[in-house]
Amino acid sequence: MRNFKALVLLLGLTLVLAACDFGGDSSSSTGEDGETLKELNVSINEDPPAFHPALATDTTSGVILASVFEGLTRLDSDGNPVEGMAENIDVSADGKTYTYTLRDAKWSNGDPVTAEDFEYAWKWALNPENAADYAYQLYYIQGAEEYNLGEGSEEDVKVTAVDDKTLEVELTNPTPFFDELTAFYTYYPVNSKVSEENPDAYKNPNDDNYIGNGPFTLDEFASSDHITLNKNDEYWDKDNVDVDKVNVRMIESEATALKEFDAGNLDYLGAPFNSVDLNALDRFKESDELHVSDMAGTYMITFNTEDDVLQNKHIREALTIAIDRQGLIDNVTKGEQAPASGLVPLTMEGFEEQRDYFESNDEEAAKEALQKGLDELGLNSASDVKIKLSYNTSEAHAAIMQYVQQNWVDKLGVDVTLDNSEWQVYLEELKSLNYQAGRYGWVGDFNDPYNFLELYKRKGGNNTTAWENEEYKDLLDKATVETDEATRTELLQDAEEVFMNDYPIAPLYFYTNIAVKSDRVENMEPDPLSNLQLKYVKIKE
Amino acid sequence: MLAYIGKRLLYIFIALWLIVTATFFLMRIAPGNPFASERALPPEIEANLNAQYGLDNPWYIQYKDYLFDTAKGDFGTSMKYKYRETNDIIKESFPVSMTLGLEAMFIAVAFGVLIGVIGALFHNRWPDYLTTIIAVLGISIPSFVMATLLQYYLALKLNIFPIAGWKGFIYSILPAIALAATPMAFIAKLTRSSMLEETNSEYVKMAKAKGIKKVVITYKHALRNALLPVVTYLAPLTAGVVTGSFVIEEIFSIPGLGKHFVNSISNRDYTVIMGTTVFYSIILLLAVLIVDILYGFIDPRIKVGGGKSK
Amino acid sequence: MKEIEYEKLSPEDFEIVGVETDKAEKLSKKSISFWQEVLMRFLKNKLALIGLITLVLIIIGAIFVPMFSNFTYRQQTGDYNIAPNGTYFFGTDDLGRDIFTRVFVGARISIFIGFAAAIIDLIIGVTWGAIAGLKGGRVDEFMMRIADILTAVPYLLVVIILLVVMQPGLLPMIIALSITGWVNMARITRSEILKLKNQEYVLAARTLGASTGHLIMKHLIPNALGAILVTMTLTIPSAIFTEAFLSYLGLGVPAPLASWGTMANDGYPALQNAPWRLFFPAAFISLTIFAFNTVGDGLRDALDPKLRK
Repeated sequence: MRNFKALVLLLGLTLVLAACDFGGDSSSSTGEDGETLKELNVSINEDPPAFHPALATDTTSGVILASVFEGLTRLDSDGNPVEGMAENIDVSADGKTYTYTLRDAKWSNGDPVTAEDFEYAWKWALNPENAADYAYQLYYIQGAEEYNLGEGSEEDVKVTAVDDKTLEVELTNPTPFFDELTAFYTYYPVNSKVSEENPDAYKNPNDDNYIGNGPFTLDEFASSDHITLNKNDEYWDKDNVDVDKVNVRMIESEATALKEFDAGNLDYLGAPFNSVDLNALDRFKESDELHVSDMAGTYMITFNTEDDVLQNKHIREALTIAIDRQGLIDNVTKGEQAPASGLVPLTMEGFEEQRDYFESNDEEAAKEALQKGLDELGLNSASDVKIKLSYNTSEAHAAIMQYVQQNWVDKLGVDVTLDNSEWQVYLEELKSLNYQAGRYGWVGDFNDPYNFLELYKRKGGNNTTAWENEEYKDLLDKATVETDEATRTELLQDAEEVFMNDYPIAPLYFYTNIAVKSDRVENMEPDPLSNLQLKYVKIKE
Repeated sequence: MLAYIGKRLLYIFIALWLIVTATFFLMRIAPGNPFASERALPPEIEANLNAQYGLDNPWYIQYKDYLFDTAKGDFGTSMKYKYRETNDIIKESFPVSMTLGLEAMFIAVAFGVLIGVIGALFHNRWPDYLTTIIAVLGISIPSFVMATLLQYYLALKLNIFPIAGWKGFIYSILPAIALAATPMAFIAKLTRSSMLEETNSEYVKMAKAKGIKKVVITYKHALRNALLPVVTYLAPLTAGVVTGSFVIEEIFSIPGLGKHFVNSISNRDYTVIMGTTVFYSIILLLAVLIVDILYGFIDPRIKVGGGKSK
Repeated sequence: MKEIEYEKLSPEDFEIVGVETDKAEKLSKKSISFWQEVLMRFLKNKLALIGLITLVLIIIGAIFVPMFSNFTYRQQTGDYNIAPNGTYFFGTDDLGRDIFTRVFVGARISIFIGFAAAIIDLIIGVTWGAIAGLKGGRVDEFMMRIADILTAVPYLLVVIILLVVMQPGLLPMIIALSITGWVNMARITRSEILKLKNQEYVLAARTLGASTGHLIMKHLIPNALGAILVTMTLTIPSAIFTEAFLSYLGLGVPAPLASWGTMANDGYPALQNAPWRLFFPAAFISLTIFAFNTVGDGLRDALDPKLRK
């Protein structure tokens, strides 16, 4: 018995001792001079997978990095590039040489931001040893691709710090969206002095050497718990930064984040931090709190054009037409998305209008196309068409795919089964063409149609359809070297038409940014690329 | 005694080796890889990534490396969170899960035993039925439903507790209750049935005959012996509870170890999978060993290392 | 305890009733077989009886509701998120499907998974335990060590990894659930067999030259059946439960098929706007687990000779 008591005692003691780890809220909401700090509370789904700008590949990391760093340019709240670290940008007549004059800006440790910092950061990202996933974002620079793929050398990468304040970049082709690219996180600078001394400095945000040049500094990172951003006093434009402190919590479950928002503990819910729980959309719509804006992304079903059945264009056409897009948007996705009939989102220049490559939900036309397809394939009836519709595991995708399945079965009488797998597996299935029809989403890295059309330029890579077309390739090649904007847009429009006439994909809808925010914050809206700059956020008292 | 412990430790090593091996090969046959990304990588970059983690070696070299690293307790850097060491992930998140787990255990044992004793004392009368229903309800509500309901009503609607997060004791109450519900119900059932057995035993009848008060009999005699099966049940339970629960941690957004088990698998984060699996297995194996040894101290009828159960 | 007041008793209080010699040899209790008594005692246990009736009702529903329902489990009616009413007894979900029909189709899946897992456990576990218990010695030691190691394997981790390797589906789910689930059954069978095998009647049968197979089938298994049955009634709910948890992780049965687990998981974020989507599947999970537990407890009490009155 005594032993038993001892056991209970021991258990109790351990509990008390362990009780030290209940976390702890060290934050206070008053500044040194006793003034109330303007605090913003947001949440993200998970730890950012990367804190090094060159190693980041996702929007979660992107949000944090955009607050801590600043590229040569920065996007304004509408998504247009404005001068950031660069005070002046000089583009040569052929559109291939960019000369940047840097402003007098400082790193958060007081070091000046120099042209060498940019050269160093870009070359670091391209160094094959660093295996940066997104290095290809820099391929527009001459010599970059060769160096990254181990065929060229570092010296041949045409980015040069002429002096401390002048950076010269030579591009392979004229690239009208290069100003937007320089605002992207792969193009951010790192402090070359610090980084040379500690090669790992930028990998770990809790390292003292994790130094930024953006509107905020990253002062605390507790894994799976929170990130604290404080206003950076060394930032060149600090007078235009209103928020003093940003508390970023990691909340994985959308339902939990929603409850925190309802309780007033979060100021914002939605892209790019997290997403608004689908079940709450109706409620927020009724109370007129829901902010919906166009986004540069397309949700689609991609077809494997090497599949026995789906190689037939008419079958693909029938499947594409048969889907009731408006019904899907009204009843399932509920985010006021725009029904899509083309590949390129409405946010892009020259593509603002809905295109009419086909009429959605036209049952007659769909049946006609199906019959043509059946005849060509030598099949007797629609039920001989067996399609496995794949998607990556997620409740939202599952609902959309079940809706599509019902459409196809009801209207065409084809036999459709659903197949879901995890994201990592699903990506491999798509890329190795080990599927028939599958859901896919593409969100632009920059707001230019080329970003979307390039996907299907050749087989392999991100082209999950195995579709190839000489005319299409030709149009894109011409657009790449075209310096006249209007002509270029026309070429790109033609390319989309060629693409859609063959139905390698069934576009479903163009994404929207969906968000709700508390009344106390202003100027907090995502741009078409789902970027949200905390720099511009204002807090009302 | 020492020989017994030595033998058990040997088994633990064999078990660990088998678990490491099985996990290693299962992960290799599982489709998907840690570096699959939406934007297709140039093959050269992917090769570099694989080389960084030694994934370009033939399987037997990888297997050997894994065994050596595991033996050294160094599991390497996470493949998804490339700035995080697997060991750091465990070191930071385990104390959180353990705190929550022990709190839940405390609730489960205290209330479970109480409910069980009440049930046994009032055998086949209404308090017995009431406690049985409470116990069975505890077993029959899925934890994510229980957690959601607690969070919705007690935190959001009534505003008694915080909704989610991990910033102090008050934050741990709801998750601990949600986590404790099922074990509490099991402990209550176990206590009740073994109490009933003890109250029917000769020595309790003897004590009754001697006119000893019911409270004393219950506390000094019946309960003491009735708790033995509960102690056995506690070992695997403790190991399970202190290493974290994915569901509870996700719903209450607690930075514990439980979510790393699950997320590392879907991310194919091989290093973290191995680290968490080995860690969990060690805790489980040691917990069972400790309870077996303790059992020998508590119950004079059982002698550790002595006769076999024949 | 009531004190008896001896002083107040007097000889007048007693009466001579004589001896009824004809009844002296008669057994006061009716002779009934063991199983009859078990049944009797089980039926006296109200909670267990309620559990049994609940189970039977759910199973009847699972068989007949999908056959006679106006809807199919995958049919999208176009009425989205409708609260329970005369047409949709349990309301509709986010794709406009009738939850009443889906709950009973889900019952088929969930209960099938439960039973299938339990039966596989039964076959492997009983065989394993019986062989270990009968052979004894090194064989026993070896077989039980393997069982020990399997218990040390993090169960959920193995289930998740297996589902990942095999891709989610009904069959992989059952295999994953039973891969380590049988160990408990093996343990219990073994200890029962150890208890039984040295009993006189078994020794007698053996001396008479009965084969091992005969011994197992005719003597040991029937007598160990009680413990095995009880274990089984507890395996089924734990399988149903694990299935629900796996659905939470997105590893449940593939859509549009529904199990209670996947339905509860789809429904729980809708707690605020369409609570019926969580309530009905969750209630059916709870009811079933409740029922299996009370039936299991009832069986154990009924089978326990010590509780015999």
